[in-house]
Amino acid sequence: MKHFWSFLFFLVPLFGVATFVFAPHFNIWLPRDVSEQGRTIDNLFMFILYLTGIVFIVTESVLFYFLWKYDGKSNKESVKFSHGSHALELVWTIIPAVTLLFIAIYQMQAWAADKIDAPAIPFTAEVTGRQFNWDFRYPGPDGELYTQDDIVRTDGKLYLPVNEQIMLKITSGDVLHSFFLPNLRVKQDVVPGMAQKMWFKGKKTGGFDIVCAELCGWGHYKMKGRVFFLPRDEYDAKLVELSAEQDKMTVQVPEEE
Amino acid sequence: MSTVTADTHAAHGEHAPTSSFLKTYVFSLDHKIIGLQFLFSTLIWFSVGGLLAMGIRWQLAYPWRPMPLLGNLLAGPEGGQIAPENYTMLVTMHATVMIFFVIIPILAGAFGNFLIPLMIGADDMAVPVLNMLSYWFMWPAFFFIGSSFFVEGGAAQGGWTSYPPLSVIQQAAPGSLEGQTLWLLGVTFVGISSMMGSINYMTTIIQMRAPGMTMFRLPMTIWGMFITAVLQAFALPVLTAAGFMQLSDRMIGTGFFLPEGAMANNSPMETGGGQPLLWQHLFWFYSHPAVYIMILPAMGMVSDILSTFARKPLFGYKPMVYSISGIAGLGFIVWGHHMFVSGMNPMLGMTFMVSTMMIALPSAIKTFNWLGTLWGGKIQFTTPMLFAISFVSMFIIGGLSGIFMAATPVDIFIHDTYYIVAHFHYVLFCGTAMAVFGGIYYWFPKMFGRMMNDSWGKVHFSLTFILMNCVFYPMHILGMQGFPRRLADPYHYETFRNLLEVNQFISWCAFLLMASQSIFVVNFFYSMFFGPRAGRNPWKANGLEWQAPSPPGHGNFDFQPIIYRGPYEYGSPEVDEDYYPQTQPPKEKAIPNDQ
Ligand code: HEM
Ligand SMILES: [Cu+2]
Ligand SMILES: [Cu+2]
Repeated sequence: MKHFWSFLFFLVPLFGVATFVFAPHFNIWLPRDVSEQGRTIDNLFMFILYLTGIVFIVTESVLFYFLWKYDGKSNKESVKFSHGSHALELVWTIIPAVTLLFIAIYQMQAWAADKIDAPAIPFTAEVTGRQFNWDFRYPGPDGELYTQDDIVRTDGKLYLPVNEQIMLKITSGDVLHSFFLPNLRVKQDVVPGMAQKMWFKGKKTGGFDIVCAELCGWGHYKMKGRVFFLPRDEYDAKLVELSAEQDKMTVQVPEEE
Repeated sequence: MSTVTADTHAAHGEHAPTSSFLKTYVFSLDHKIIGLQFLFSTLIWFSVGGLLAMGIRWQLAYPWRPMPLLGNLLAGPEGGQIAPENYTMLVTMHATVMIFFVIIPILAGAFGNFLIPLMIGADDMAVPVLNMLSYWFMWPAFFFIGSSFFVEGGAAQGGWTSYPPLSVIQQAAPGSLEGQTLWLLGVTFVGISSMMGSINYMTTIIQMRAPGMTMFRLPMTIWGMFITAVLQAFALPVLTAAGFMQLSDRMIGTGFFLPEGAMANNSPMETGGGQPLLWQHLFWFYSHPAVYIMILPAMGMVSDILSTFARKPLFGYKPMVYSISGIAGLGFIVWGHHMFVSGMNPMLGMTFMVSTMMIALPSAIKTFNWLGTLWGGKIQFTTPMLFAISFVSMFIIGGLSGIFMAATPVDIFIHDTYYIVAHFHYVLFCGTAMAVFGGIYYWFPKMFGRMMNDSWGKVHFSLTFILMNCVFYPMHILGMQGFPRRLADPYHYETFRNLLEVNQFISWCAFLLMASQSIFVVNFFYSMFFGPRAGRNPWKANGLEWQAPSPPGHGNFDFQPIIYRGPYEYGSPEVDEDYYPQTQPPKEKAIPNDQ
C-alpha cells in the first residue's frame, strides 16, 4: 500500500485519543472523588490532559502529514535545502516556555493548599505504617495524643467524621511506606524518624481503600486499609465503642483475604 | 589539533597489528572491538531484563498462578508460582538490569566506543587501555548481579532506587541479605566503568578531532555522547559515594540513612541519627541526570538517521546543540521532582516544579526541529529510519506525559502509580531502546561489513512498534485509576479489581512483543555471516564514519581525513549528488559554508 508507513504512524494519535475517549465508558478513569480538595487536582489533571492532548494531536498529525507528503517515492519536488529558521526557533521556544510557566504558576495555589498551608487544628488521628499494616491512634476524649485515654487500633480500619477538616499525623514504625487514599487524591510518603501532617475533608460517607504506594517489602501488596467516613454522631458513637472494646482487645493481625 | 592527532597516531602504531586471537577479540585495545563487546554483552542482558519483565507481566495477569515455562527459572522451586518476595525481586532486577546493564552501557559503551573515533576522524580513543578496562570492569558487575539471583534470600528487593531503610535493614526483606550487597557492588562497578568511559570520551572529543572538525561540525550523535560524558563525570561520584555510605550502613553499622529508633521486625536497631531522605537526595542527584544519560545519545543518533534518510540537512543544528547543553545544565537542579511526596520540605516542591517545567523546553525544541528536518525532504523509509521516526513519535508521548508529573498537585495523585511506569517506558523503551534498534540497523554495515535484511527489519519494526504501544499506552489509564506500581497482587484492593482485563491484554501484548524480538536476533546473526556485502557508504551518508572501510581496519581510516563542512549537507545545490560527504573538498567556486 502506498503511504503505508505514514498511516502506521497516524495510528498513534488515532488510538491514543480513542483510548482516552472510551476509557470513562469502561469505568476506568480517575476513581470516584469523595474529597473536597480532589476537585482541584482532577481539574488540573483534565486541564493538562486537554492541553497536552491538543499538542499531541497537532504534532503527531504534522508528523503524519510530513511522512505522507514527503515520501521519497512520490514526492517529485526537490529537497528544501534549509538549515533552519531563527524566527520559527523563537516561536517554538517562547510559546512552550510561556505555557509551561503558566502551568507552573497556575497550580502553585493547589500545591500550597495541599501540602504547605496546614490548618491549625488538633490531630484527628495518628497513622503508623508498619510491615505490613496500618495502625491508627485516636486521641480519645481529652483530644490529645499519647495520653491514657488514647484509642489504638491495629485492624487497618480508620474511622473519620465526614464533612469535617481532618488532620492526620503520619509516622512509620520501620521502613518507608506511602499513605495513599486514591478516592481523596492524597498521598504522603511515610518516613521513619519523621512526623508528617496530612489534611483533607471527606464529602461522602462510606468505606474507601487505603493503599500503600511505596515499596516496603514482600508484603507491600497486601498492606491495605480502609477509611470510613461517618456522620458526626455515628463517629462519636464509634469511638466510644472502640474505646470500650479497647480493654478487651488483644492485638489482632488483619486477616488474609 | 592536527599535531595531537599526528602524535597519537604514532603512539597507536605500537599496538598495531595484533596477532593472537586473545589480543584481537578479547583483550582488545581497539575501540571498535570494545564497542562490539559492549554491544553483545548488553544485548544478552537485554534479553535477561526482558524475561524478568515477562515474569512481572504474568503475575499481574494471572496472580499466583504458576508461570508456564519460565516459572521455575524466575521464581525458584515453588512449582513456578511467583511468591510475593520474588515479585519484588523481579521488579527490582528488571529495572536494575535494564537501566544499569542495558541502556547506559549500550549507549555510551557500545555506540560511544564504536562511533566516537570514527565520527570525529580519530584512529582510536585517547586512552585505549582505559577503554579496555572500562569494558572489563563490567565483568565484576555482571558477576555480582548475575550471582545475586542465587544467594540466600535472592536478589535485591528494595526497588532499583534502593531506598533505605528497606535496603539497609537486613531483617526488613529477604533480599536485603547478600542480594542487596551484591546489588550495591554491581552498580558501583558499572559506575567505575562509566567513569573511565566518560573521561575517555571527553578527552577524545576535545583532543582528537581530525583537522577541520570544529565543535560545530560534530554530528549530533557525538554531541549527545559528549554531553552525556560530562553529566557522568559530575553526577557519578555522588552515586558512588552514596553507594559506599549504604554499604557501610549495612556492613559496619554506621547510620547515615537510619533514623533514631529504627525498627525492624519489631526489634529496635542499634544505629540511628541518620535520615532516609538523605539517600533519596543523593540517589536522584545522580539518577535524574542519568535519565538524560539514557536519552541524549539516542537523540543524537536519531538526529543523524533522520537527516540521512530525509535527504535533507538537520533543521536547526545549533539550537539542537544549545538545547542539549541546556538539558545538561538544568539536569542538575531538578532531581527533587522525584521527591514531591517524599516528605521533603514542600516549599522545595515549588522550586523543583518550576525548574522541571523549564527542562521540558529543550525537549520540545528538539522535537520541533526533528519535524522541521522531515519537512520538505525526500523520505526513504528504511528500517533505521522507521525506528528513528518512531522515536520522535513516541518521545512526544513520553515528553507530554512528563508534564503531568511536573505539576506537583497532580503528581500527588499519580506518583508511584502506573502513570509513571507508562511515562518512563515511553521515554526509555519506546524512545531510547527504539533509537538503539535504529542505530544497530543503521551502523550494522559499518560494524560487520554486511547489510541486515531490510524486509525482515521492517517486519520486526512493525510488530515492535504496534505491540509496544499496546503494552505501554494503556498503562496511562491504569495510572489514572491510581493503580500503584510494584504490587504483587493489586486485585487485593477493591479500587483496582476492574483492571484485571486491561492487565491481561497488556501482558499478552508483552509476551508477543518479547517473542517478536526473535526476528531481530535471527536477522542480526544471519546477516553478520551471510548478509550482502556493504560498501563503504551503503546509505550514501555524509558522516565521516562512512568514508572508512566497512568494517574499518585498525586505525580506522586508510587516508588522513580532512573535514570541510558539517555532516548534514544533503541535497546541497553545490553538488550534483544529493549528498556531500564531510571529507569531499569543495568545488573551486563554491561559496564557503559556515555550518
Ligand atoms: C518488553 C518490554 C518491557 C516490559 C513488558 C516491561 C514491563 C515492566 C513492568 C511490568 C514493570 C513493573 C512495574 C511495577 O510493577 O512497578 C516495569 C518496571 C520497570 N521497567 Fe520495564 N518493561 C519492559 C522494558 C523495559 C525497558 C527497555 C526498560 C529500560 C530501558 C525498562 C525499565 C524499567 C524500569 C526502570 C522499571 C521500574 C521498576 C520500578 O522501580 O518499579 N523496562 N517494566
Ligand atoms: Cu507499606
Ligand atoms: Cu508498601
